[in-house]
Amino acid sequence: MRYSALSIFKQAFAGNLGWTPAWREPAPKSHYDVIIVGGGGHGLATAYYLAREFGIRNIAVVEKGYLGSGNVGRNTTIVRSNYMLPGNEPFYEFSLKLWEGLEQELNYNVMFSQRGIINLYHNDGQRDQYIRRGNAMMMEGVGAELLDRESLKKMLPFLNFEHARFPIMGGLLQKRAGTARHDAVAWGFARGADRLGVDLIQNCEVTGIRRENGAVTGVETTRGFIGCNKLALAAAGNTSRVGEMAGLKLPIESHVLQAFVTEGLKPCIDHVITYGAGHFYISQSDKGGLVFGAEIDGYSSYAQRGNLATAEHVMEEGVTMIPGLSRVRVLRAWGGVMDMSMDGSPIIDRTPIENLYLNCGWCYGGFKATPASGFCFAHLIAKGESHHVARALRLDRFERGFPIDEAGVGTQPNLH
Amino acid sequence: MASLISCPHCGTRAKEEFFIRGDATPVRPAPMAGDDMWNDYVHVRANPRGRIREYWQHVAGCRRWLVVERDNFTHEVFSVSDAAAGRGGER
Amino acid sequence: MTAYRLATGGLVDRSHAVRFSFDGAAFTGHAGDTLASALIANDRLLVARSFKYHRPRGIVTAGPSEPNALVTIGTGERRDPNTKATVAELYDGLEAVSQNRWPSLAYDIGAVNDLMSRFLSAGFYYKTFMWPAAFWEKVYEPLIRRAAGLGRTSLPRDPDSYEKSWAHCDLLVVGSGPAGLAAALTAARSGLRVLLAEQDFVLGGALLAETTKLDGEASYVFARRAIDELQNHANVTLLPRTTVFGWYDDNVFGAVERVQKHGVTIDPGKPVERLWRIVAKHAILATGAEERPLVFGGNDRPGILTASAVSTYANRFGVVAGKSVAVFTNGASGYRTAQDLVAHGIEVAALIDSRADAAESAPAGVRLVRGGSVVDTKGRQRVRAVVTDRGGFEELIACDAVAMSGGWSPVIHLACQRGGKPVWSEALQAFLALEVGAGLVTAGAAAGHYRLSECFEDGARKASAIVESLGRPVAGFERPSIGEEIDPSFTALWHVPGAKSKAFVDFQNDVHTKDLGLAVREGFGHVEHAKRYTTGGMATDQGKLGNINAIGILATMRGVSPADVGTTTFRPFYTPVSFGALAGTSVGEHNMPTRRSPLHGWAARNGAVFIDAGLWYRSSWFPKVGEKNWRESVDREVRNVRENAGLCDVSTLGKIEVFGPDAAEFLNRLYCNPVLKLPVGKARYGLMLREDGMVYDDGTVSRLAEEHFLVTTTTALAGGVLSHIEFAAQVLWPELRVRFLSVSDQWAQMSIAGPKARAILQAVVEDDLSPAAFPFLAAREVRLKGNLKARLFRISFSGELAYELAVPAGYGEAVADALMRAGQPHGLCAYGVEALNVLRIEKGHVTHAELDGRVTPDDAGLGRMMGSAKPDFIGKRLSTRFGLTAADRAQLVGLRALEADKDMRAGAHLLKDGAKPSTLNDQGWVSSACFSPTLGSHIALGFLKSGRERYGEKILVWDQLRGVEAMAEVCDPVFVDPENRKLMA
Repeated sequence: MRYSALSIFKQAFAGNLGWTPAWREPAPKSHYDVIIVGGGGHGLATAYYLAREFGIRNIAVVEKGYLGSGNVGRNTTIVRSNYMLPGNEPFYEFSLKLWEGLEQELNYNVMFSQRGIINLYHNDGQRDQYIRRGNAMMMEGVGAELLDRESLKKMLPFLNFEHARFPIMGGLLQKRAGTARHDAVAWGFARGADRLGVDLIQNCEVTGIRRENGAVTGVETTRGFIGCNKLALAAAGNTSRVGEMAGLKLPIESHVLQAFVTEGLKPCIDHVITYGAGHFYISQSDKGGLVFGAEIDGYSSYAQRGNLATAEHVMEEGVTMIPGLSRVRVLRAWGGVMDMSMDGSPIIDRTPIENLYLNCGWCYGGFKATPASGFCFAHLIAKGESHHVARALRLDRFERGFPIDEAGVGTQPNLH
Repeated sequence: MASLISCPHCGTRAKEEFFIRGDATPVRPAPMAGDDMWNDYVHVRANPRGRIREYWQHVAGCRRWLVVERDNFTHEVFSVSDAAAGRGGER
Repeated sequence: MTAYRLATGGLVDRSHAVRFSFDGAAFTGHAGDTLASALIANDRLLVARSFKYHRPRGIVTAGPSEPNALVTIGTGERRDPNTKATVAELYDGLEAVSQNRWPSLAYDIGAVNDLMSRFLSAGFYYKTFMWPAAFWEKVYEPLIRRAAGLGRTSLPRDPDSYEKSWAHCDLLVVGSGPAGLAAALTAARSGLRVLLAEQDFVLGGALLAETTKLDGEASYVFARRAIDELQNHANVTLLPRTTVFGWYDDNVFGAVERVQKHGVTIDPGKPVERLWRIVAKHAILATGAEERPLVFGGNDRPGILTASAVSTYANRFGVVAGKSVAVFTNGASGYRTAQDLVAHGIEVAALIDSRADAAESAPAGVRLVRGGSVVDTKGRQRVRAVVTDRGGFEELIACDAVAMSGGWSPVIHLACQRGGKPVWSEALQAFLALEVGAGLVTAGAAAGHYRLSECFEDGARKASAIVESLGRPVAGFERPSIGEEIDPSFTALWHVPGAKSKAFVDFQNDVHTKDLGLAVREGFGHVEHAKRYTTGGMATDQGKLGNINAIGILATMRGVSPADVGTTTFRPFYTPVSFGALAGTSVGEHNMPTRRSPLHGWAARNGAVFIDAGLWYRSSWFPKVGEKNWRESVDREVRNVRENAGLCDVSTLGKIEVFGPDAAEFLNRLYCNPVLKLPVGKARYGLMLREDGMVYDDGTVSRLAEEHFLVTTTTALAGGVLSHIEFAAQVLWPELRVRFLSVSDQWAQMSIAGPKARAILQAVVEDDLSPAAFPFLAAREVRLKGNLKARLFRISFSGELAYELAVPAGYGEAVADALMRAGQPHGLCAYGVEALNVLRIEKGHVTHAELDGRVTPDDAGLGRMMGSAKPDFIGKRLSTRFGLTAADRAQLVGLRALEADKDMRAGAHLLKDGAKPSTLNDQGWVSSACFSPTLGSHIALGFLKSGRERYGEKILVWDQLRGVEAMAEVCDPVFVDPENRKLMA
């Protein structure tokens, strides 16, 4: 069923009783060309692009919970392509371009809002890093602007220019960046994939990976064995556990990242803003809640909940950056489990195991990557070779010595 | 675990007194060990869900490196010991 | 005038009038009122507009779960948006305004959405607003954003302060109703350290609104007596106005105390809110139960409240919402409210019970409609009638208020914040928190024990078990004799069939039954999907009222039990908490510490301009009269160092002493370059790698004695390197006999650099500093004139003849002053980190601008330092990986500007002349740049692919971000004195 102003109009006069399910609820078939493990943003996008761009239609997405139950539904919804390193920047820009046409492509309003992201800087060294980053973006044809203190004061008068430990000197602006309605991204891709014949199988947990002569032939699930020609893992948050079923040990540690939302407010913050003297970032949802977060809690965890000390630290940074937040009340905190990789960058690659493909290691930056991750993973699965923007995101880059380390902190996952 | 840690030297302290490094399971290989072993040591993590060992340093206290053995899903702590205990480096 | 204050009754202080305003109109209430009770007393039932349809809304509850009555309280910088009138303590001068309406609460243009509601069904926005694409940011989104949101803030600076405190106790009791008091009394009498937290400003919980007699007296009298006893126990802390908002690991609870949120005048010496981190051996959650609204057509009109709220307002506050109240119930509680109303002399229009077989009987004179239901209500800005249906027979019953009772849900929010799942009780038709983990139990109504006697007994029983588990004898608590008590049993009624108008499930977000139906129809029937698709439960009340009904409705529609539907996840915060309270005092200037060098006063006296360098203030440059800008000062300082001498504060460098028989062996493994054979009295430049082969930090290693070294780190990594060293010593090689001491703060350290440095220094140093006696890289203790012991290192960052002199921190300024005096005849000047930076760029020395964590020693031109012959050092093995030795890696080069008027700036990228800018064509970047007064041109350090092979090449320095392009020649990074003649002088 196609969505449009007209369909809303028609349905309104039919008591909204004529709307049909956004996706089918099929029983698993015995065999698929491709099985994707993980019905989150990346898994659903992969299924969609496999069917749409690469002509593979006999696909199942198996999801242990409900569609979109992972990090696609518990992030701070930021979309941007302001990376510095050549291994990353073209990939994220490719993703941003896909975002820019996504709603029309999917016939689903994911409320992608290109309101701009501003990364604040507080000293000369940080400014120079942002200039290097901004120029890297411009090399790739991505727009960027350096804002000085005076122009920032005009744009964002509520920032703390006078009374901060590290006064704000300026910022790097990417105008095309912004936010999107996170759940809708999962639903849009799910509906799009379903319409192309993909079976979306919820409440279906993978319990084992079956191999014959070393090659993967299918998955054991809570709903029985399902065979496949190719198996694609997109189970961020549980990557190591699913990988372990195939005997894979990966360059990943699981960590929890908290995010927060305030009570609803009338529009008061119109951009995505990140704090340079800490990790704080904030934007305002269309509903009015201020959505924000900062660094990960720092310890290995599979629990989707955070600790109070980290939450307090997040608020300290928030009030230091925007003093006027002080009286705003925080409504809810939640936690997501991150695949923290050894260099802070993701992996889209084949594995040493035949027929097994891997998409993981998104750290806390997976949401913005959703369309490109799906597209490039689909490309890899269908064609057997990496898409050119994802060539650097290899699994063996660590042993070969080609890390993509945006933070420059090395192989300690909790520092990325 | 995520609120308080019982340091074997200093007693129960707030989590924010500690710096966390990561998995305490990998053992630094011998200098001449194979490339695979070295790659595994630096880059590869078993990352199970459940019982794990992790390095925490009590930076705001005794500055000792500790091994916290705990469940990374329930956050229950089983033990906290000095990382050098039994290895010739006790204080 | 239909809502009003009763002539008598309630716990408010009628002798004490309290003036307040709402939307500009002046009103009076009493001490002991909430804003909500005072508004009701003044017949102000319409207090808000809903989120989506802007429907007129009134007060629904008498507590923290209120979805409707959100107002902005306070003025100017002290405005608190979205404050619940139902918990806001009334104070003299309180100013409140309504929200989300324009132009006024009574006439709100936004209400047009209600007329359009058929087009605005759940999730309608996912299906439209897509054409044309550019309209989203320009047209649709601004409209949606303006319509959405609730309270308003201009984000002004907060004039008030906040603080934090730890608390420790044997038993934390959350809630001061019958179960909480029984638990607290039992534990207190047994000698436990007890902390009792209550979100209300009066302790007593449900006993404050209970009409049953306890030990023959009013229940609040019993409560007061219990509280008096608790107050007299030295081992008890009572925390009223304190909401426990979160349960965290290790049985730590987060709570926020409203210290000064109930008055106009704020004592600046006290915080307005205090965050408590409560470490509790045990905790009892005695948070009571929440009454469910009923989901019937038109159930959201002002004047429709939960039955318990109607009772609470009448019994505790002496106010009633109407003169003729209809009661709609599915259980015994509605009868109790009818009884309360009758007792206060208020007319009950009808008592409508959805159960045909109800056993209870109505109070005398009250019309009882068994097996009936409300299917619609009449009235606009307040209810004026209900339409009932009984066996298909409809009746219009006039009333001016409705009390609804849909049964009870234990308040288990906190207990389920750590992963424990609520368990459905078929008997209670409610979710319970049974086994949620050690350290916390629920008691009383929160555990599903609703009867008053059970509440007391359960509270005492749970506390007794805790006392026993702590190995103490239990002191008795005997519950009071209870007059008449009811068993609030009910028959679940998730929604009333046959609704004639919208039946709301989530009041604030305007989610009604048809929205849930649509969600199920479209495949969003999972409880999490339904929440996210309809926004039910996502409002500021987090679904405290509505979620259970939504679950019941989803279960009905899906044909399963509520147990199969389950709940959404309970997460902090129980009720919203301000940023200020959570942040406390570590904000603004105090967000992080400020560190000042021991030479700070010296630098200030010499006119330094300071800049932030990490936590430190460092002297940046020392302007002289007549200098027009920083460049003039810096150029002068650089020239003066190269021609005469300069003195620079380098105290902020990390300094770590290393002792022990294995100290040399340890450092040999820590640094990539050899250290083992460093002679006593010598210093050496040292490079530390990470295990992945990248440079971590650099500094100097000095051997002060056979088993005593001093290593320095960069300012930025002083702390990190110490941890790294301790890790290596304690974890990697605990067998090595080596100990460390950070002495960063113990020494004031200054660099004296320039051709005249020796002459100046010799004036204050007793020891012979002649080149033979104190050659390049000498490092040892010296004696200053006046007999002060100091450490002197002949090392150079500037490339000049240079020394670093370290003296005990307290002597720093005196020695610096002495040096300045001694240096005056030689032209000595003070120089700052800007000049230092220029000097080191000219000399091709690297800092963290170059060593950015992605650089190998070879990249930085320091490959020759690697002690490849050493059997082991950190970073050795992985430094030989293919990617780290590839020929096209970016290598450190110098860049000399070819056009005098064009500067280069760090962060610019490098392109082959004529190449099209693209990531593929990107040749590298500029890491540091400056104007070189020595060379008279702009120079830079940068990283260029295969750079060392490309000296002489003309390259484009591409800085599109700043709109600057400059041609430069690639050269050796050492611009001055490549033969080190000056250095070795």
